[in-house]
Amino acid sequence: MPTPTLGDWQQMYRAMWRIRLFEDQVQRFAAAGEVPGFPHLSTGQEAVAVGVCAHLSHEDVLFTSHRGHGHVLAKGSDLQATLAEILGRQDGLCRGRGGSMHLVDAANGVLGATGVVAGNLSLAAGAAWAAQAQGRRNISVAFFGDGATGAGAFHETLNLAALWKLPVLFVCENNGYAEFTSREEHSNVTHVSSFAAPYAIATKTIDGNDLLAVYASAAEAIDLLRRDQGPYLLECMTFRLAGHYVGDAQQYRSKEELAAHRDKCPIERFKRHLIERGVAQQELDAIGELARLEVQQAADRARAAPRPDASTVLEDVYRSPALDGISG
Amino acid sequence: MIHSFIDILRRALDEEMTRDAAVHLLGEDVAAGGAFGVTRGLAQKHGVTRVRNTPISEAAITGLATGAALCGLKPVLEIMFIDFATLAMDCLVNQTAKYRYMSGGQLAVPLVVRTQAGAAGGAAAQHSQSLEAWFIHVPGLVVIAPASPVEAYGLLKSAIRLGDPVLFIEHKRLYTMKEDLADDIELPPIGRARIVRGGTDVTLIAYSGMVQSALEAVQTLADVGISAEIIDLRTLLPLDMATIAASVSKTHRVLIAHEAVLNGGFGAEIAARIGSELFDELDTPVVRVGCPFAPIPFAPDLERALLPGAQDIVRAVRLMPGLGE
Repeated sequence: MPTPTLGDWQQMYRAMWRIRLFEDQVQRFAAAGEVPGFPHLSTGQEAVAVGVCAHLSHEDVLFTSHRGHGHVLAKGSDLQATLAEILGRQDGLCRGRGGSMHLVDAANGVLGATGVVAGNLSLAAGAAWAAQAQGRRNISVAFFGDGATGAGAFHETLNLAALWKLPVLFVCENNGYAEFTSREEHSNVTHVSSFAAPYAIATKTIDGNDLLAVYASAAEAIDLLRRDQGPYLLECMTFRLAGHYVGDAQQYRSKEELAAHRDKCPIERFKRHLIERGVAQQELDAIGELARLEVQQAADRARAAPRPDASTVLEDVYRSPALDGISG
Repeated sequence: MIHSFIDILRRALDEEMTRDAAVHLLGEDVAAGGAFGVTRGLAQKHGVTRVRNTPISEAAITGLATGAALCGLKPVLEIMFIDFATLAMDCLVNQTAKYRYMSGGQLAVPLVVRTQAGAAGGAAAQHSQSLEAWFIHVPGLVVIAPASPVEAYGLLKSAIRLGDPVLFIEHKRLYTMKEDLADDIELPPIGRARIVRGGTDVTLIAYSGMVQSALEAVQTLADVGISAEIIDLRTLLPLDMATIAASVSKTHRVLIAHEAVLNGGFGAEIAARIGSELFDELDTPVVRVGCPFAPIPFAPDLERALLPGAQDIVRAVRLMPGLGE
């Protein structure tokens, strides 16, 4: 992986803004009652998505969780199609069948988002197995929260992935909360990376709000995977600045705690870094403005997109034409 | 050539692995031949990377097989007992079955989950259940339950080639059953039932192990002058209502037999469909034979006492108005 140029870093800065502003837009749409269901925002966790996905090609596959908008965008999926899906529109990524928690963009290697915590980990391992079995060089990435470590499927999958040396990168976004419950309240194990040692999985715990650290650590991890030395567990300490879902009153944490973490915003932090490296404030403002316009345009178009035709509701239950339209 | 159920499954797997390099087997002990010997010798022939032993981790291996199916493999996963599929339910129900739909048709899951069900030989309450109704309730899955070795051979091959997720349920009591397999067998289509034996007075709808019980019952019924037609459903999901309708239009009486408990069993669904779609054809109420509402007991005497069989079918048919003693 060549060292990123200043221009590459500016692109990553823009990618973080796109996610931040996208999530703000989802929040506004949700507040206006335009988003069906209950979207989960990744506000504050942008550096993890961008720092990891910067290393992935379309052939590399990604499985995310209920909090997956940022990962999908960072992987390169279209803003408008992603937002249209979250609004339940016909030209959304999944034609309105999936929604916020089940984004799939197969052509871009986004192979799924699951609303069942930890449900995506074994799928990602399976994709890695397919690559290994067929001699392809692509890797598989699973994003999950620290809450997933409470599920048996997490431990089963780590064991299996280690045993079969699968090229899968497990990226834990440890934001300190499993829904409304703090890490201290749901596990004695402070660091998710501690679970790697018994299975002899390479691991690292890093500051997930530091884009430079995420980028460098992901590069190291992915390099190991591409040399058949997988899997890898990368624990990124981060914080969601939004609630668990849009509308969460967040009574389980204090205003002081939230304020302290706002100061650690990964975007502001990276902005300071770029300024230190000599990028002009105006240039950064222009990048932010560009991202704002992109999101605005995507939002307008997604909102104007047609709603799904009710007559298509039974399509795509099965692939086989012989099973089309069966009623049980 | 004469094959047992187990040997014929092995032959089908072997042939499909030879035919298509994407077919991979995985499961607990499968490289060592599997708990029932179905995969014996296949690791030696096709390699341990295509016939892979897994840890005892039903949740993870089902997810692994599903993820691999999304990415170009055609895995055949063995879940040793259907009772253990309970551990894989999140994946099967929430992920595997829904992938095609949730992705708006972008992805498909060409996966076969072979499992083994039913009661025999004192396997007791956690290794004997007939849980097919749980899966028939889930849109996106296909559920197949063969009733004989030759049927299993063709249906397994068709299932592997289908391209949608299939739960393939083998009955442990049928594993030792033997049949002659012709060289040029035509593969059965998924979703079509078969008439095992023609008759005119009553239609016996059965699948899996109960088809054998129905065949035994037919002999006894013939002795008292009752001509019974047997339908082997083969594919439970989707259900072949056309074959059922043709038969019921002829016999006007229906009995549905399955080994699963009656309460919430698949027979209830079939009976409801017949009641709403074929009401005018019926001369008598639809009758069901199945397990009474209890777990499968261990002691052979108790197991025998609980399980439905040919005698239950005969008794129920003879209680039908117009066919009585």
